[in-house]
Amino acid sequence: MFQRLLLVMLLVGLSGSALSASAPTHEFMLDNGMKVIVKEDHRAPVFVSQVWYKIGSSYEEAGRTGLSHLLEHMMFKGTKTYPPGEFSRIVAALGGTENAFTGRDYTAYFETLSVDHLDRALELEADRMRNVTFDPKEFKKELAVVMEERRMRTDDSPTGLTYEQLMAVGWRASPYQNPVIGWMDDLRNMQITALKRWYDMWYQPNNATLVVVGDVDPEQVLALAKKHFGSIPAAKVPEPRRPVEPVQRGITRVVVKAPAKQPYLLMGYKVPNVGTAKPDWESYALAVAAAVLDGGASARLSRELVRHQKIAASSGASYDTYSRLPGMFLFDGSPTEGHTTADIEKALREQIRRLRDEPVSREELDRVVTQAIAAKVYQADSIFYQAMEIGMLETVGLDWRLLDKEIERLRAVTPEQVQAVARKYLVEDNLTVATLVPQPTDQAGRPGVALPVTKGVMYGD
Amino acid sequence: MTVVRDSARWLLLLLLSLLSGLLPAATPQLQSWTTSKGAKVIFVETDALPMLDVRVVFDAGSARDGELAGLAAFTNAMLTEGAGEWNADALASRLENRGIDMGSGSLRDMAWVSVRTLSEEPTREVAITTLAKVLAEPRFDADAIDRVREQMLVARRQLLQKPGGIASERFYRTLYGEHPYAHPPGGTEQSLQRVDKAQLRQFHRQYYVGANAVIAMVGAVDRATAEQIAERVTAGLPKGQHAPDLPEPKPVKGGELREVFPSSQTHILIGQLGIRRGDPDYFPLYVGNHVLGGSSLVSILGDEVRNKRGLSYSVYSYFSAMRAAGPFVMAAQTKNDKADEALEVMRQTLADFVQQGPAKEALDAAKKNLVGGFPLQIANNGKIAQYIAMIGFYDLPLDWLEQVPRRIAAVTLADVRDAFVRRIDPDRSITVVVGGKAE
Repeated sequence: MFQRLLLVMLLVGLSGSALSASAPTHEFMLDNGMKVIVKEDHRAPVFVSQVWYKIGSSYEEAGRTGLSHLLEHMMFKGTKTYPPGEFSRIVAALGGTENAFTGRDYTAYFETLSVDHLDRALELEADRMRNVTFDPKEFKKELAVVMEERRMRTDDSPTGLTYEQLMAVGWRASPYQNPVIGWMDDLRNMQITALKRWYDMWYQPNNATLVVVGDVDPEQVLALAKKHFGSIPAAKVPEPRRPVEPVQRGITRVVVKAPAKQPYLLMGYKVPNVGTAKPDWESYALAVAAAVLDGGASARLSRELVRHQKIAASSGASYDTYSRLPGMFLFDGSPTEGHTTADIEKALREQIRRLRDEPVSREELDRVVTQAIAAKVYQADSIFYQAMEIGMLETVGLDWRLLDKEIERLRAVTPEQVQAVARKYLVEDNLTVATLVPQPTDQAGRPGVALPVTKGVMYGD
Repeated sequence: MTVVRDSARWLLLLLLSLLSGLLPAATPQLQSWTTSKGAKVIFVETDALPMLDVRVVFDAGSARDGELAGLAAFTNAMLTEGAGEWNADALASRLENRGIDMGSGSLRDMAWVSVRTLSEEPTREVAITTLAKVLAEPRFDADAIDRVREQMLVARRQLLQKPGGIASERFYRTLYGEHPYAHPPGGTEQSLQRVDKAQLRQFHRQYYVGANAVIAMVGAVDRATAEQIAERVTAGLPKGQHAPDLPEPKPVKGGELREVFPSSQTHILIGQLGIRRGDPDYFPLYVGNHVLGGSSLVSILGDEVRNKRGLSYSVYSYFSAMRAAGPFVMAAQTKNDKADEALEVMRQTLADFVQQGPAKEALDAAKKNLVGGFPLQIANNGKIAQYIAMIGFYDLPLDWLEQVPRRIAAVTLADVRDAFVRRIDPDRSITVVVGGKAE
């Protein structure tokens, strides 16, 4: 019935590959192609269960953005067995927490519960994998909720708008140009039939991974997974699009005007990740570069831009090692009074030049590795985080065992390799810059009212 | 090279401890004592992971700002900007070169500094000596003061460019009037300009003292080691005195405040004075509120505002139990032309709830959720550290973790009705509405 692929004991020794292990991790494959990964963590009598689907905004096409995220919302709005909201009520009554999240490359659903409720959690997840009813009235209301979510997260958030614009103009072909929540007009035009098609296309056992971390017995998880998901037949799932981004031929700039009080700069260089970098050490070298720049208060951006030059109140760099398609190496900064986003851009690009022209120091590399090792221990304190890491890697098409090689791969990065990736990728022709230019925050276009003055009328008694 | 050798040792220690960590853990056992400097310690020993969390909490939140809004937060932020012989650069390198995380923060009641470190020497030693010095000998370097001021001004501008930030600020100001909870903990543009080195030093001298401190410690050290750590962390602090009691806020008349902001959504906050820590109505109100809006999606507010009408993405209510009476808050945000409808639904929901109380089934479900979910709240070191810091700070009994599920289970329908009728008067609620004009 089941093909047991592998039982991986992570406590393997001092090779450096076992750092993320807080206990053995087990991987199984159901006959219908659904993957089940179990990591034991017996510190508390609880578990987290996460079902990850390979579907997200990077699978969407123009005019249909936001489909995956809206579908995530509809997953709580009733199945053939359970009426709308019942899923959440059942989990709540069991003392659990549950929710879901959608990203560019994944949609995941989770429950955290005490160990005796694993059976129920898997039953409920298996039910909504194929049995969502898509009631038109529920759809209409949930669409309104998602539009409110968009207004809150993006439309009324100056930095949210800046990020959205950077992605929208930075990518010419890559679906990473789509906002995860979708463009407002696409939401307005969303049809329930499109949602239903999307569900049938991607919500299939062979497009899903179940990850369970906690005080569980792997064999029991497997038996329960088989009981609830095993009878769902595999289906033909399309190959996702992987559009190749054309070579960028020069710096791209976008100005974002929004009611705001604080200017902000966000810039991104297109970079490969661990799945697309050739050779793959490039990805780890980029990760090291990000940590050299922004691995804490002692890293270069805080030290130089914030403390020494005092031009930024904060400044950061980030790089996503694990994504389905090539992403962006991001930099951001908020200028202090008397300084501008142009000053920040100049200073950031000076730091990038330094990364290209000068080898990073031994001390910096040691710091990066030491922090990564400590972080592995700290992360083992959270079952949610452990499950999330595994689920994410699997869902973007990578092997979760890469996590166990992270430390040795980071440690192997040389100063020359960091320089090499900086020279190759962190170059002007490959750069997109978004600048938030604050507009007055009072309707009349005058400067905002200074606090602590309050306007308005009190009534009462 | 030392660093690399250290990492190999860590790996070994990690592997060893993992084997012992496979044993099931019971409810955390809280141990408590007082250091010679008068700091209360709450300690949980757990060796499942080779790490240690130390969180030192002071009664030094913005309620202690006095005339200078933001002074408490400013002082707290200065601690990690240089101490003893280390300036900000040296301090950051010293910690991060060893993978030690140090954090600090402050709210209205409390201010804290925390470290998370690997529990073995010599890393732990560095973490503890650094923490001790950060608490006792902050430098207050002039350039660091200017920098933190600038960062707080930027944070202030960022807060005031969002309707939700403005609404929250207006809400506290209106509800608390002259009370020290009224002003923004992050300070105002004016007040931040006025903070100087002498005031920071004075605030630190008065409030960062042993008798005003609580140490929460969770991790892989034994009791004797924990006692040494607690002594050393507070060694450089004067014993001093606990901060004086806060005044109780005076109830305000009900009313509504509307402010225009160029946003697509209108943010709504409705509330009134709630409860202080140790209030006898705490459990009935907490459990009752879980039905009303505490459990967001599975709550009456969630049903009425979001599930039935699609008005808001995020809708909730809570009681914030503080030193003095904290607020009771209901909140939602909706597109501008739906603001009046959402406001009406929220008000009606509260009025109905106070009048009728929760349904029996809803109360039972809420109790099941809270009791059944309690283990999740203390399921890892990080959560335990936060929880026991709260227990210590608010002088809750040492068996609090055992009391909570029991006392939630004991709450009856009559308790909830009675408490809400006595404590919540919808007609005296204040309402703050910030957003754009309806289209």
